[in-house]
This record gives sequence, C-alpha cells and structure tokens, in this order.
Amino acid sequence: MMMTEENEVESTLSVCGHNIQIAEVLKDGEMLSFLIVSQKLSGTGEYHVHRNYDDFEWLQHNLFCQEDVAGIQGVIFPPLPAKAQVNTAAKVMKQLGFLSLGEWQPYCKALEVFLQQVAAHSILSKNKAVEVFLTNPDSPGKQKVKKNIFNRLSQAVDGMRKEGHKDVDDFFQTARDHNLVLTNCTKTVTEKLLEVVQTEQKIAVACGHFSAALLLCVEPGDDPNKQAFSKVCVKLSEVFESMKKSTTGVSENDVSTMGLGLDLESRYQEAIKEMLFRRTCKLVELEHARRNAEKAKPVKKAAMEELRKAAETEFEDISRVAKEEITRFEAVRVKMLQQAMVQWCEKQLLTAKECADQFTQHLEVFRGMNFK
Amino acid sequence: MADTDREDEELFTEPSGTQSQPASLSTEDVSANTNGPNQDALFDDDPEDLFAEATEEVSLDSPERDILLSDGPSPAITPITPPTSVIAPRIGHTHDDMFTHSSFDEIEEEEVDDSFDINISVSDPEKVGDGMNAYMAYKVTTKTSMSLFKQREFSVKRRFSDFLGLHSKLASKYLHVGYIVPPAPEKSIVGMTKVKVGKEDQSSNEFVEKRRSALERYLMRTVKHHILLKDPDVLQFLESSELPRAVSTQALSSAGLLRMVNKAADAVNKMTIKMNESDAWFEEKQQHFESLDVQLRKLHISVESLVCHRKELSVNTAQFAKSAAMLGNSEDHTALSRALSQLAEVEEKMDQLHQDQANADFYLFSELLGDYVRLLAAVKGVFDHRIKTWQKWQDSQILLQKKREAEAKLQFTNKSDKLQQAKDEIKDEIEEMEGRVQQDERDFEQISRTIRKEVGRFEKERVKDFKTSIIKYLESLVLTQQQLIKYWEAFLPEAKAIS
Repeated sequence: MMMTEENEVESTLSVCGHNIQIAEVLKDGEMLSFLIVSQKLSGTGEYHVHRNYDDFEWLQHNLFCQEDVAGIQGVIFPPLPAKAQVNTAAKVMKQLGFLSLGEWQPYCKALEVFLQQVAAHSILSKNKAVEVFLTNPDSPGKQKVKKNIFNRLSQAVDGMRKEGHKDVDDFFQTARDHNLVLTNCTKTVTEKLLEVVQTEQKIAVACGHFSAALLLCVEPGDDPNKQAFSKVCVKLSEVFESMKKSTTGVSENDVSTMGLGLDLESRYQEAIKEMLFRRTCKLVELEHARRNAEKAKPVKKAAMEELRKAAETEFEDISRVAKEEITRFEAVRVKMLQQAMVQWCEKQLLTAKECADQFTQHLEVFRGMNFK
Repeated sequence: MADTDREDEELFTEPSGTQSQPASLSTEDVSANTNGPNQDALFDDDPEDLFAEATEEVSLDSPERDILLSDGPSPAITPITPPTSVIAPRIGHTHDDMFTHSSFDEIEEEEVDDSFDINISVSDPEKVGDGMNAYMAYKVTTKTSMSLFKQREFSVKRRFSDFLGLHSKLASKYLHVGYIVPPAPEKSIVGMTKVKVGKEDQSSNEFVEKRRSALERYLMRTVKHHILLKDPDVLQFLESSELPRAVSTQALSSAGLLRMVNKAADAVNKMTIKMNESDAWFEEKQQHFESLDVQLRKLHISVESLVCHRKELSVNTAQFAKSAAMLGNSEDHTALSRALSQLAEVEEKMDQLHQDQANADFYLFSELLGDYVRLLAAVKGVFDHRIKTWQKWQDSQILLQKKREAEAKLQFTNKSDKLQQAKDEIKDEIEEMEGRVQQDERDFEQISRTIRKEVGRFEKERVKDFKTSIIKYLESLVLTQQQLIKYWEAFLPEAKAIS
C-alpha cells in the first residue's frame, strides 16, 4: 500500500526508534540489500523488512518534501550516506571513506543511525513514510524523485555569496562561524585517520608476506644445525603471523569506532551547514521582500506586504526550529563522539593486552630454545 | 652501490696498476705494512697462476714472522707475539708453504680451555677535520676476561678505513685457505659526503648510526671466529692506540669482495673447470647456499618494505595527532575539547612507538638479513677458492706428467755432451714438481677440511645470531604493547568523563 504525496496526515510511529537494527546485509549483484528489524511498541513482536538503497532514498525524499510543516527547513536532517558502488573498490573508497571498509559493517551502522535518528525526531517521525519504510513488507519501490524544494549548497548558484551573508542574530552567526571551522577540522581528522588505517593495512600485508617467506627457508635434513635454523624460521613466521593479526585488529578497531564516529560527525556537520544555509537563504529572501514592500508602488503594495509577511513568518519558524535543533543536536553529537572514543579506547586496550600476551608467549618459546 | 674507490671518508688515490689484473683473483693491492703476503710476490708473471700471492704466506709461529712484522716504514706497529699458551708450537712442518693449518687444528681442539668472553662496542662517533678531508672517528671498546689480551677493558679510536684495512688483511690471509672472513660494512659516497659537508640533519645522523651499528656487528662477528680473534692484526686493531694508516689500500669492502668473487667466478668459468667432485657434501652445500641466498634476499626485501610502511605509519600518526589537536582547539564543549587534546597526545606518543618499532625492524632484521646476504658472498668465495685449489693441483699433476714424458724422451736421444746435464736438470725439475704436487694435494685436502668446519661453524652461528636478534625484537614488541596499554588506560577515564 503506497502513500501518495498528497496525504500528509500526521501519524505516530508504531515501532521503537532507538533500537532499530540492520541485522543483515546481503550482496545482490551490484546492490546491497538490508534486513531491518524494529521492535513493536505494543509490546511483543518485531517487524522484519528488506530494503535496498533506493528505498532509503525514497524515505529521505519524502522527508524533504514536507512543505507544509512549519519551519521544516530548520530541521537538521539526519544525513544519509552515499550509495555504495559495490564492485569498484577504488571508487567506493573515494566516495565513502571509512564506510567502505570493514565488510560493510560500518556502512550498515551508519544506515542504522540514520533510521534511529529519523525515528527519534519529533517532527520527522510523524511522516507516514517512516512507518511505511519500517513496517510495510513490500519495498516502497523506485519512485521518480521529485525535485525537492531544498536548495543544496552545491546546487545553489550564488551559494558562496549567500553563505557569507551577515546574520541578524548573534546565536546564528556564531553557529555558522563555528560550524565552518568544525566542518573543516572534522574533515581533516577523518582523512588523516583514514590514511593511518590504510597504512596499518599495508603493514599487515607486509607481515603476512614476511611470514610466508620465512616458511620457505625451512631446510630439510637431519643436521641438527639445519633443524635448529628451520625451527627458528618456523617460530619467527608465527611471530609475524601474530603481528599481522594484531595490526589487522588495531586497524579494524580504528574503523569500527573512531572511523565511524568521525564519519558520522563529519556528515552531521555538513547537514548542519546545509540547514544554516537554507536559513540564510531565507534571510536574504526576507530582506529582499522587505525592500520590495518598502519600495512598492501603491498598486503592488498590498501584494508585496503579503509576501513580506509570509517571508517573515517562514523565517521565524525556521529560526525557531533551527535553534531547537542546534541545541538538541549538540547533546547528541557530544554523546556520539564520547561513545566513539570510549569504544575505541576499550577495543584498542583489549587488542593491546591480547597482543602483549601473545608476544610474551612467543618470547618464552624463543628463550626456551636451546641448541647444542 | 657503485664501489668506486673514492668512497671512503677521504679521497685517496691508489696505484692504477692494481685494478686490471683479470686473472689474478683475491685481494687487490695490500698494504706493505701487514704481515700478509709480500708485495712483490703478489703479481706473478704467470697470469694463469691464480695463487701467485698465496705462496708467500707465513705461518703464525714461524720465525719469519717477526722479520715481516718489523718490516715497513711505520714504527707504530707493535709486534705482537702470538700467545704461546694457545698456539702449540708446531715448527716441525715446512715453513715455506702456506699457513701450517694443522696448527689451527690444534687451536680448535684447545678451544675448551679458554672460554669465549669478549664484548666489543663501537660508540661515540666524532667528526674529525673539516670539509672533504673530514672523517668520522669511532671509539672501539673491548671488554674481555680472555688471557689473549693485555687488559680487561680498553678503548681505541678508529676510522672507517681502518676497519676496511683490517678486513683486507684478514681476507688476504684467510679467505683462500677456506676461512669465512666476515665482510666489512659497505662504503657509501652519498652518506659520507653529507657528513663531511656538515649536514647535521636526521638522515646523516641515521647514516652515522647505521654505520656505527654495522661496524660493531662486523667486529663482533670477526672476533667470534676463534682463528681470527687470535690474528695479530685483529689484536693490534683492538689494542693498539695508533694504527698505521691503510694508505694504498683498495680496501676489500663487501662490494669489493663481491667483485673479487665474481672475478674469480668468471675466471673459473673461463677455465671451464669441471671439477670432479668426489665429495657430494660440497655439491649439496653449494646448492643449499645458493637457495639460501635467494631466500634471504627475498626476506630482506620483505623487511625493507615493512620498515618503509612503519615509517609511513609514524608520519601519518603524527599528522592525525596534529589534526585531532586542532579539532580539540576548535571544540566548544570543554570536556570534549580536553578529550580530543588527550587523544592528540596519545597519538603523538604512538608516533614515537612506531618510530621505535621501525628502528627495531630495521636494525634487528633488515640489517641482520643484509649481513647474512653479504656473509654468503664470503661463503661462496671460499667454495670457489677450493675449486681453484683443486685446479692448481690438477695443473701441477699435468706439468709433472709433461716433465716425466720429457725425461723419458731424453732416455732415447743420442748421447751428447749436454745430454747428462739435461738429464740432471730434468731430474731436479721432476723432484721439485713431485713436491709441488704433494703440496697442492695437501692444500686441497686442507681447504676442504677447513671449509667443512667453517660451514658447520657458520650454520651454528647463524642460529645463535637469529635467535639473539629475535629475542631482542620480541622484547621490544612486548615493551611497545605494554606502553600502548599504559597510554590507553590513561586515556580511558578522559574519554568517559566527557558528558
């Protein structure tokens, strides 16, 4: 049962928002298919639905198109990660960064967070599309994406000029300035961590090669010296195998915690940027409308006044919603980053301890080697 | 690395005649100040005689030695009397031939009494002089309880060319009789020029450290060899406060050694020596070493790649740390800001750990493998020498045969005045040749025996060497992990304290 765009009736979500899970991801040719599990609020039971990326886009598009929701443009829309180009490794790394690593687990986590944030949002969760997406057994299907009313920064012709437009409200001017700095810093940190991870992967591979090459040094024969050397080579090979495992572990920890966290933070900063830009555009529009109303000839005056009033109302609504959103989001974001850092630290600590044990064992083996 | 002879710390010229002796193998021009082969005998007229210079060797315990020692212009050489407690005098053997190797056999059997206890360290690199004449002086400290030495702990100052000079002498004395003489560290034009020019940057510091470490390993390997340890040149190198400068030495660096080996190999191939190998052991060993060489080179390349990536990781970690610090500074939320700054500090510390790890990778493995690749070149060298020794023996036998045939011919010629004289002459020559053939056979058997022992020693040392390095490496790995654990444990409460 498809919902058409005309029916904008508010609804309450019948599932619990904060524990929506993507339980499974399957590779279906060039596409990924996700199994989404949500808990019924009524107590018992779960919804299991299969969705692909097009369905996510359909959902997002519906959220964008809620023209009659007051101040909708002030909402910080939970960012949807880009579509995964499954079969081209180089492209997907460029496009998705951390989300392209870890066997799609971070990617699924990012989609999960998207759904959770949408379902927890006081305004967005009321959209019928959310309920449909999460509960309807059939896929919403591929619908022609209507050009949404929101000006994406990248599409705005005079985006740069408007972006710098001075604000009338200190709160927002500060927010915009701060966001600009944070966006750049976060992007840089994310890039640098990604480079670290890629080098860690190279090290793991090199350890693997060394480990394999050592096994080729094993010498057959009864000669005790040869046997001793062979034993040394075999045991050293095991050491480097351990190193490979530990480096891989460190790298995976980086990806699944800090990498994912920074990626999320980065995309959220972009979402805030877009929201602030929409508001700034509205401000420009408002100032324009005011000037028109002032300068209007008596004939047009009434009409211009109408437009001015409408623009003012819209701007006020947006600003109100935006302020709430920024405040709410600040708490969410700090929590997200904290969680990422704590998890990262705990995982790395565990890996380091395991590693220390392993190397100590290897050390004992070598110390205990006695050759005639 | 191109081994032009201008690579040493100072640019000294060497006589041009020494380089173009295609058929004369082994050591290039050797300083007259050594107790090695006599200079004049080096370049025999007979180009086929690859062992021209070998015939003038003097045994350690022969009286000629003292004469040779006091020979030469420099008064700085302290004649070192061989420690008689170790070398049993075996003057019953002929003196005019090569080293009386049986005396070496005696040394090995008496090994048990004087336990090996010596440690050499090379330290305190110091630049001496200015500009292109500058050189690096290293302090060589020996700590030992062995009676071989006059003191228990002593130091001397040596420069790179001194090490090369030492190796050159040892190589000229021992390589061709089958001893695996550890190769000296590589020369490096680029590295030394930077140091001379006075660049005090990280890469020239790294170069000096790399060289210092290589020199230390070289000396330790040399003294671990019980024969080489007792060599007067080695003792002089370690003990003597002043060492005569190896002036006209085309010192036998590893590259030089390799060149020599290759030249010899070419000579062997040119002569198409097809040795009738009666001893399968040698054939098997040769093949074994060839495949080991291939394996070690592979491993070496593998480790170098690992070192490279680790250095890269260090750089990336430092950059990540910087960017995290910047993010922390831009952050409004106080606790989050502090946590991010802490994160940046942790990452900076990890950068240092990565650098330490890269050094461990390098010094404990990369250099070790490199050393063994170079050692194998020396091993190959002694195997080739054995073949040449065999060939010499064969040649002597052929020559003897010819002379016998000549004698037989003389029997059937008409009597003439000169006939008796000719007969006497040829009889003398035959007698001499018979002696030569016997000697050559003995030499061949000796070198075969020596090589067997040397290979056994090499294979034993190899295990010890690797084991030692690996243990050090594992210790460093464990230490790194423990430090990591400390850093993460310190960071955790900061991260938890955020909200």
